[in-house]
Amino acid sequence: MVKEIERVGIPVVHMCTIVPISLTVGANRIVPTIAIPHPLGDPSLSMEEEKDIRRKLLSRALKALQTEVSEQTVFED
Amino acid sequence: MLKVVHYINQFFANIGGEEMAHVPAEIREGIVGPGLAFKQAFGDEAEIVATVVCGDSYFNENMEKAKKDIIEMVKKYNPDIFIAGPAFNAGRYGVACGTIAQAVKDELKIPVLTGMYEENPGADMFKNSIYIVSTKNSAAGMRKAVKTMAPLALKLAKEEKIGSSAEEGYMPNGKRVNFYEKDRGSKRAVKMLLNKLNGKPFTTEFPMPDFDRVPPNPPVKDITKATIALVTSGGIVPKGNPDHIESSSASKYGKYDIDGVMDLTEETFQTAHGGYDPVYANEDPDRVLPVDIMREFEKEGKIGKLYRYFYATVGNGTAVKNAKAFAEKYAKELKADGVDAVILTST
Repeated sequence: MVKEIERVGIPVVHMCTIVPISLTVGANRIVPTIAIPHPLGDPSLSMEEEKDIRRKLLSRALKALQTEVSEQTVFED
Repeated sequence: MLKVVHYINQFFANIGGEEMAHVPAEIREGIVGPGLAFKQAFGDEAEIVATVVCGDSYFNENMEKAKKDIIEMVKKYNPDIFIAGPAFNAGRYGVACGTIAQAVKDELKIPVLTGMYEENPGADMFKNSIYIVSTKNSAAGMRKAVKTMAPLALKLAKEEKIGSSAEEGYMPNGKRVNFYEKDRGSKRAVKMLLNKLNGKPFTTEFPMPDFDRVPPNPPVKDITKATIALVTSGGIVPKGNPDHIESSSASKYGKYDIDGVMDLTEETFQTAHGGYDPVYANEDPDRVLPVDIMREFEKEGKIGKLYRYFYATVGNGTAVKNAKAFAEKYAKELKADGVDAVILTST
């Protein structure tokens, strides 16, 4: 799905936990996430701490969308 | 007798489904689950001396540790071959089978074999470096898979010569072997051409490689003015799953209006996905589709706005062909509606 979105000319960032799959599928901008059943959260934390994690990951996604890339890039930080 | 160590996931070991996918690797003496079918196929030639069992989520989320631990477990048994799976169309299981088989081959220098469906992401990742038998897309294909995998495993364990992918049933791995065809090239080519002209099926002898890559688009210039859309393969849908998106092998996607929705809650949204433990996503769907923080960003002016709709499907054994068709359709809508960027979340 990332490729089809990219193909119409919209930059897209893939947020997922298993980065090797994302690389195989062909995503160009990738942000690694927390865990498979809760990519953008962590139930072991408090609601506020979870939101902090989500803010951090989404800020990274926004950064990825504003970054020029020429090949598949994983945004680790 | 040849010694085999077998790798399976928590499901095939009868530990449990998605709710148990987090269990770490353990080793058990002898046969567990599908090992029985292999035992029958091996007869007196080989014996499964031990079975490694590992949860699919555990393996994929702790890959380095899982690899290291499992290699230690396998090493103790000094097997003649390591078999993983088959994984059919289970994505995380396929990636785990490929990853661990590759690691065992590299570290312990013993032959390895796995099996999975051709669309399993583990297939593309590993088919050029290890033998992967092509299987059906569900465990209903177990008998057939074992019938192909067992003889190939014996050959590999005995270090016998391995025939072509078409003869042995493994996925083509890009290696070319010289051999003599019965008919000469000109005759084969004319035959193919005649079939083609008559609209009959023919098999090419030189398939073109499939490099389906899309070059990255330029970045968003001013994110504070951009309209950003959320898309997910994690199955987030309004409570009750109004479009009846299937929990696996999805045949459709949904488009949902989130105008005025500030936060996804347990009461209003849920996941329809059957391929991961749904407890956490049902409790707070923002853990998969982060509407709450996107609204916050919108309010603070960090982004222009959150697009009014989100698109969702269930990425669980879903055919690549279907996923591609869904996205072709909604990507056009996103483009037409002036969406500047997309955040796509996957579980």
